[in-house]
Amino acid sequence: MAEQHEAPLIVIEGLTKRFSGFTAVDNVSFSVRRGEVLGFLGPNGAGKSTTMRMLAGFMTPTAGRASICGHDVQQDAIAARRVLGFLPEGAPTYPEMTVLAFLRFAGRIRGFSGKELDRRVEHAVGLTTLQGVRLQPVETLSKGFKRRVGLAQALLHDPPVLVLDEPTDGLDPNQKHEVRNLIGQMAAQKAIVISTHILEEVDAVCTRAIIIARGKVVADATPADLQKLAPSGKLDDVFRNLTMPMTMSGAA
Amino acid sequence: MRNTLIVARRELGGYFATPVAVVFIVIFLALQGVLTFNLGNFFDRNQADLAPFFSFIPWVFLLLVPAITMRLWAEERRLGTIELLLTLPITQGQAVLGKFLAAWAFCAIALVLTFPFVITVNYLGNPDNGVIATGYLGSLLVAGSFLAIGSAMSAVTKNQVIAFVLGVAVCFVFAVASYPLVLDFLSRAAPGMAEIVRRLSIAERFSGFTRGVIALRDLIYFASFIGFWLFLNTVIIDHRKAD
Repeated sequence: MAEQHEAPLIVIEGLTKRFSGFTAVDNVSFSVRRGEVLGFLGPNGAGKSTTMRMLAGFMTPTAGRASICGHDVQQDAIAARRVLGFLPEGAPTYPEMTVLAFLRFAGRIRGFSGKELDRRVEHAVGLTTLQGVRLQPVETLSKGFKRRVGLAQALLHDPPVLVLDEPTDGLDPNQKHEVRNLIGQMAAQKAIVISTHILEEVDAVCTRAIIIARGKVVADATPADLQKLAPSGKLDDVFRNLTMPMTMSGAA
Repeated sequence: MRNTLIVARRELGGYFATPVAVVFIVIFLALQGVLTFNLGNFFDRNQADLAPFFSFIPWVFLLLVPAITMRLWAEERRLGTIELLLTLPITQGQAVLGKFLAAWAFCAIALVLTFPFVITVNYLGNPDNGVIATGYLGSLLVAGSFLAIGSAMSAVTKNQVIAFVLGVAVCFVFAVASYPLVLDFLSRAAPGMAEIVRRLSIAERFSGFTRGVIALRDLIYFASFIGFWLFLNTVIIDHRKAD
């Protein structure tokens, strides 16, 4: 972890989101420093995506605040989004656009033009190994390729903060491995949050893991420390013990 | 402004990357042709002008413009791309304006492609081309007004059919507001309202342009009408983007 003295790049304080009748995210607080890869774990419906949407400034929190590199995501939204690379849930892209057109659009919005735009797009295409499908419309691509197009969009401007909602969902084992390597390579220079429900991913790439259930943080520790919470020493069991009551009650 | 144009450029490209553009333009030109030449008695009138052409424009736009706008936001919502678009470093206003400008440019392209009407009438007689030009300007403003309404209606739902029906319904209200049927009813039910409603009518404002008159108050009307609906669009997006 480089530069411990530096202020955390992501700060979330008391973030809460209530929908009519239920609380999706309940008073969640954490911060992420440069060099950390935070695994955001939880069963489906636990509030992972809602938290990430609030962090990206897409959803307005009911209470609490979030900031990226010191910019409040609500008050100073544009500045916060400039330093954020965000992969939304399901990696949405415009289906009729070609990969290249889509990435060039994202690049232009990020303020690049001319040679710099070409260079950035080619670099992102290279990182996510999209070279072969550059000129294909996104709708003709497989799920794994679509996910990588979304990832390329998030990496294009080399942001100090990456928020990736299920970056490896739908990828085959080789592609998962590549994406994890990629995250590992970038880890030292960035603060990264990835959400996942694949526990092996936490071991593979994360320096820290937060388990969220029913909108509340139920654990926040390094993967190694989390494993010690179960007698078996298996992350699976820790996850089940911490999140099971919710699944049983059917509130997911 | 730069971001607005980047969004507009992407949107406009989207029309031509899908069959939307071709279908819209072909149907628009066919409808205008049939209406002008058959229902409008273009030849039998023996007058060298495009009055029949312009008299049908608001009605054809009433039907076709909401078909363009229904997807503007509803589709972004359905695909989830709204989450991507609105987490890029652009304001919601820029996104709304960009989409609107692209749709408006598209309507302008469709209008430009009606040039054979202008050539025909110039070949057959000596029309007042100034009146034709103001008619086109008025048509573009009517299209802009309907687009702004339709775009706002598209923002309230992720269902394109609902967006289309709402768009047609609201556009219809403003299109027929000056018609005797509405005004007679209002003058009996709410006498004070009749005059206000007449002034809000798109058809009423458009009629000046088709007679060759560009009145400043009509330009202000169209600008504030479009501005109002785009503002409403931005407010709706802001409140309902994550629903």
